[in-house]
Amino acid sequence: MNFRAIQAIYLFEMARTWRTLLQSIVSPVISTSLYFVVFGAAIGSRIASVEGVSYGTFIVPGLVMLSVLTQSISNASFGIYFPKFIGTIYELLSAPVSPLEVVIGYVGAAATKSIILGLIILGTAGLFVPLHILHPVWMLTFLVLTAVTFSLFGFIIGIWADSFEKLQAIPLLVVTPLTFLGGSFYSVSMLPSGWRTVTLLNPVVYLISGFRWSFYEISDVSIELSVFMTLTFLVVCMGLVWWIFKTGYKLKK
Amino acid sequence: MSPIISVSGLTKSYASGFTALKSIDLDINRGEIFALLGPNGAGKTTLISIICGIVNPTSGTVLVDGHDITSAYRAARSLIGLVPQELHTDSFETVWATVNFSRGLFGKPKNPALIEKILRDLSLWEKKDSKIMELSGGMKRRVMIAKALSHEPQILFLDEPTAGVDVELRKGMWEVVRELRAAGVTVLLTTHYIEEAEEMADRVGVINAGEIILVEDKAKLMQQFGKKRLKLHLQSRIDAVPVALAPYHLELRNGGMELVYTYDTKSERTGITSLLSDLRDAGIRFADLDTVQNSLEEIFVNLVRK
Ligand SMILES: Nc1ncnc2c1ncn2[C@@H]1O[C@H](COP(=O)(O)OP(=O)(O)OP(=O)(O)O)[C@@H](O)[C@H]1O
Ligand SMILES: [Mg+2]
Repeated sequence: MNFRAIQAIYLFEMARTWRTLLQSIVSPVISTSLYFVVFGAAIGSRIASVEGVSYGTFIVPGLVMLSVLTQSISNASFGIYFPKFIGTIYELLSAPVSPLEVVIGYVGAAATKSIILGLIILGTAGLFVPLHILHPVWMLTFLVLTAVTFSLFGFIIGIWADSFEKLQAIPLLVVTPLTFLGGSFYSVSMLPSGWRTVTLLNPVVYLISGFRWSFYEISDVSIELSVFMTLTFLVVCMGLVWWIFKTGYKLKK
Repeated sequence: MSPIISVSGLTKSYASGFTALKSIDLDINRGEIFALLGPNGAGKTTLISIICGIVNPTSGTVLVDGHDITSAYRAARSLIGLVPQELHTDSFETVWATVNFSRGLFGKPKNPALIEKILRDLSLWEKKDSKIMELSGGMKRRVMIAKALSHEPQILFLDEPTAGVDVELRKGMWEVVRELRAAGVTVLLTTHYIEEAEEMADRVGVINAGEIILVEDKAKLMQQFGKKRLKLHLQSRIDAVPVALAPYHLELRNGGMELVYTYDTKSERTGITSLLSDLRDAGIRFADLDTVQNSLEEIFVNLVRK
């Protein structure tokens, strides 16, 4: 293992994060606050409690996941797309680093940033509603797993994309709908049974359900299934990344 | 001594179907400065990119100090520093950060004193805290050289290192390269400035259309292909070369004031003595004479044209 290389990549990426810290934190914090104003206060006051918790409290885990998901994807996809775009990728390709080391560096930095962000959003939520976290360790586990998995997914998008349009397309066209329909703002049990089945095809449901369980012990699917699905998605992403480096797909001519 | 880089049967066909390298065989000796010359599109960058791991070879093998570039890529790459042809830099980073990053990427422990020396040698020390986007093109190129040197490579690839660098700094860079060679570093450079190869190289390789058409000791090359020209500055104008002098294939230049005789330095008899006596017999007097050695550039152009 070339640990110094991992460290160099990680710190390089984190330096980029600190440079853009304000914008990367301010905007999610503002949008979270807006969600609380709109859904928590304005609409939520008319909704009776969901599965025993107030609506405002209910949406906290979903909101955190929403940000962690989208931030992980955008951090990681941009992180690897940018060197490709400006050409500095040559150095990574010509360095004595293994694909695993590159991935740990980039994905680690992207995940770190979105975990920090997730915690900041959680803190912001705490200003609006009281927070109870019944299983903090599970909460952190889901947070880390999700951040890593979606950073890997973003890394794949960043390698696949050969234009800024493509870089934006997947998050916009696929991920945002999936997260909104993934039970951030409602319990799957609130849906008519036909939709319930369709919803269960959405991988994000399992993440949010598991994450919410770690807060309130309420979930749409069993916690075991949540963990299993999350790990499955992680393994699929790792497999794809492995294949990309093995074949040099879109990285080497 | 075994070559430090050994390329055999290396072929590259790009996805477009274009074959940029056609079964290249090439050995680079330990500690030499090797200049790779060739016209635009000859395959110089492709060759370097494959050795460094940026482009996948289609077939063939490359050994770097005995390490295969695919199966033992870590050992192979850690020996090589690369300065690519294109300027690729992180605009928002400082010079200091980007050069230290390169060292870390190659797994070397921090060494600020060494980085300082490299930056000073490349006249970049004053710019160490500048963001790269604030630098001029020539400075950016030197930053890329500093990055390549930061991890103390045994082999340095310079893909047109002095393009866009002014004359004075170019001389400075040559100085850096000479020092590296003195320290035992092998240098492979591509260039379009023949004077650079002439000045720097121990050996010269010429590549054209994906094939190595010549590899030769520079001195030998210049000697082998080296023809000299004898220029005679005449005392008075002549209208034509006298028939008696036809066997010498003289060229009449400068409005009839100059005769040029081209001869081979290799041949035992250059024909100069007889030419001079035949000139006297023909009644042609000259005021002065000088000889000019053919440059590598002319040799190169002749080779590629064939
Ligand atoms: N990615 C690519 N896809 C298809 N063809 C390519 C690609 N890269 C290079 N080529 C072609 O391969 C040939 C060799 O290119 P290369 O860059 O190696 O030349 P070069 O000798 O470095 O030229 P120059 O002196 O202009 O830098 C050229 O004809 C070029 O068009
Ligand atoms: Mg080139």
